Amino acid sequence: MKLYVAIGIGGMIGASGRYGISLLVDTNGFPFSTLIVNLIGCFMLAYLLNHSFMKQKLSAAVFGALTTGLIGSFTTFSALAVEYVQLWDANPIAALSYIVITFIGGLAFSYLGYQFADKAGKQVSR
Amino acid sequence: MNLLLVALGGFIGSITRYSISIKWNKKLPATWIANITGSMFLAFLYHFYTEGSLSDEIWLLLGVGFCGAYTTFSTFGNETLQLLLHQQYIYAGIYVLSSFSVSILAVFTILTFL
Repeated sequence: MKLYVAIGIGGMIGASGRYGISLLVDTNGFPFSTLIVNLIGCFMLAYLLNHSFMKQKLSAAVFGALTTGLIGSFTTFSALAVEYVQLWDANPIAALSYIVITFIGGLAFSYLGYQFADKAGKQVSR
Repeated sequence: MNLLLVALGGFIGSITRYSISIKWNKKLPATWIANITGSMFLAFLYHFYTEGSLSDEIWLLLGVGFCGAYTTFSTFGNETLQLLLHQQYIYAGIYVLSSFSVSILAVFTILTFL
């Protein structure tokens, strides 16, 4: 029960953060705001999931609130799918670029987070 | 007020996603299921929102808040990375291609024929 509430609270913060960024970033016909949150989120999640020290020190509730809750809700997949279909009508090349950039970028940022966490974890445990 | 609606939707969305991951135990299909069903739900909402039959408040609560939080890209990216790091290339390919193609096809169908 505690874990559910913790994840829910993380989800509130993550969704609010995503909404806040969507108000700040001028989309200008291309869904930059979704792209930005998804890339940042991939990096943050990979960092937390692979940081052995952080994983040990944080309680299950806090870890769940940060990973599944906050970062999970900060990033989104549904907007990506709907934005792609919308964009396809106006500009198929932009739509394809959007998916490819999101996917390659997401993988790259996940890998970066994974590498950073590995290094940081080793430094802490030394 | 707007932020509150998004936050409330985010609260319910993230817990729903977590519940599915617990029930299905294996995390991989859980993210897949959440992303596909959430994309379909958002397409329905988007259709009625642009048509004018859905208020801004409901859109923020269910569309931006719930669907946005229920679906996730960070877990999808990290699961794919883990599959690649473990040299499960075929599994990774199936996971990525099916996530994108099924969700996009479903959204396209809903927005075209509704």
